[in-house]
Amino acid sequence: MAVVKDETMSIRSSEDVVRVRQVARELAIAQGLSLVDQTKIVTAASELARNTLDHGGGGTVRLEAINSDARRGVRLTFEDHGPGIPDVELALKDGYTTAGGLGLGLSGAKRLSNEFEIFTRVGEGTRVTITRWK
Amino acid sequence: MERIPILKMGDYLLVTIQVDMHDRLALTLQDDLTEGIARTRARGVLIDISSLEIVDSFIGRMLGNIAAMSRVLDAETVVVGMRPAVAITLVELGLSLPGVRTALNVEQGMSLLQLAAAEQENFNGRGER
Amino acid sequence: MKPKEDKSRISEMITRNESDLLADWIREQLAATTLRSDLMKESELREQSRRFLDLMVRAASQQPNLDNINSPAWGETREFLSGVSRSRAHQGFSPAETATFIFSLKQPLFTLLRQELEGDPKRLADEMWVATAILDKLGLYTAEAYQKGREEVIARQQQELLELSTPVVVLWEGILALPLIGTLDSARTQVVMESLLEKIVETGAGIAIIDITGVPTVDTLVAQHLLKTISAARLMGADCIISGIRPQIAQTIVHLGVNLTDVITKSSLADAFAVALRRAKMAITRAENHG
Repeated sequence: MAVVKDETMSIRSSEDVVRVRQVARELAIAQGLSLVDQTKIVTAASELARNTLDHGGGGTVRLEAINSDARRGVRLTFEDHGPGIPDVELALKDGYTTAGGLGLGLSGAKRLSNEFEIFTRVGEGTRVTITRWK
Repeated sequence: MERIPILKMGDYLLVTIQVDMHDRLALTLQDDLTEGIARTRARGVLIDISSLEIVDSFIGRMLGNIAAMSRVLDAETVVVGMRPAVAITLVELGLSLPGVRTALNVEQGMSLLQLAAAEQENFNGRGER
Repeated sequence: MKPKEDKSRISEMITRNESDLLADWIREQLAATTLRSDLMKESELREQSRRFLDLMVRAASQQPNLDNINSPAWGETREFLSGVSRSRAHQGFSPAETATFIFSLKQPLFTLLRQELEGDPKRLADEMWVATAILDKLGLYTAEAYQKGREEVIARQQQELLELSTPVVVLWEGILALPLIGTLDSARTQVVMESLLEKIVETGAGIAIIDITGVPTVDTLVAQHLLKTISAARLMGADCIISGIRPQIAQTIVHLGVNLTDVITKSSLADAFAVALRRAKMAITRAENHG
């Protein structure tokens, strides 16, 4: 599999969240995703970027355009060194909401992506990777 | 500070969201609308989202809040112009925008608002304002 | 122990004799039985050959042993070959005809090597091995790229066929009908549903009737797509009615546990139309006879 584009952005403000949406959109278009698929990955990116900002205390997102033999896709990795998520299964349950609405963002992003991976440790931080293929 | 402009059209308030809003801007809009409805005693609010390429859970919640708050203030809210890709994504996301009425475009939205305002008057037993 | 000096000198030999090699190669291609002069002009063939040799020399200069075509040194060459294969696929060449482009270089190259290394049979054998290996790899790469090019053509044709076969009809002012015919698969259903939603926006139609009289069976995936489309239409501000549900399909739907309580369903398109008219606050009246 080849990574043809690789960009990392910092998420420190709500303007950054907007910028993440824009760059994710550009990447999705460049990879030839349909309009609906573009919308899905950008919406998922928005959810996760907001989580990173609001719950992770700020962090980064790595945006990659990836090509495997059969297809092209977009992979986004959100990382923060915040409090981490104590109960991932609970957080992923549809409709679960903490005070700030963390739950819907996470489960929503999962539903909108083809692949979803999460690593989290209480007190250390969280890393979420989503992939959308063409 | 930047704000989204709110237009007054007779008894109704009209908002057209044309920018990709950051969260603070969205919250400001929420506050401005609530304040505007109360101040003008508007009968309804029309929110045009035909320019929005993305509606995520935050914006969805904002729309739901606006609808709920305006109802408390005796006004109806209609959201118009949702794009198909946005609708499909919201369904996938599991966001149903409860309490938010929608219409395909501004014309149909205004008809809906006028209908709702008339029904509300009958219900309240009020005469002409 | 192999002497250090065992690097291939093919790139050097090609560079020194480039124009002769090119001429030989083109002659070889033009004489081949697989030549398709009806599909491609000779000038285009010359240009492709010249460009390829050029790229090969450049790649070889970065990688004298010519052994790894997946390395960045061969990036430009791979891109060029992909382009050649794709365009030949589109032009109508067969895979064999396309791969011949590369394989036909073997004979001229071997002739060149024999000339250069006449007095050194061991060296000649080594270099011929390197040459054969690299041309085989490049030829295979070309064949694979050709395959991909063909798949793209097929995919695009399928897409076009899909779009043609999903007509959304304006039944009346503000009322659309989507008659679905044949077996629905997941991909087709998605395309159909997206085009329905687009048409709803385009025409400003508040009601869409999805008629499945012509659909023999419905599986969970398709049922879910239908429901998602109806939910999406509702979110946008339009309503959907499903008509033409036959008893068998009704059973399947209940069996699958699909929840249709929120959806209006009618057994016939005519009934659905009547409901739609009522909701749109319209009525059709018979004209009076003007004697």
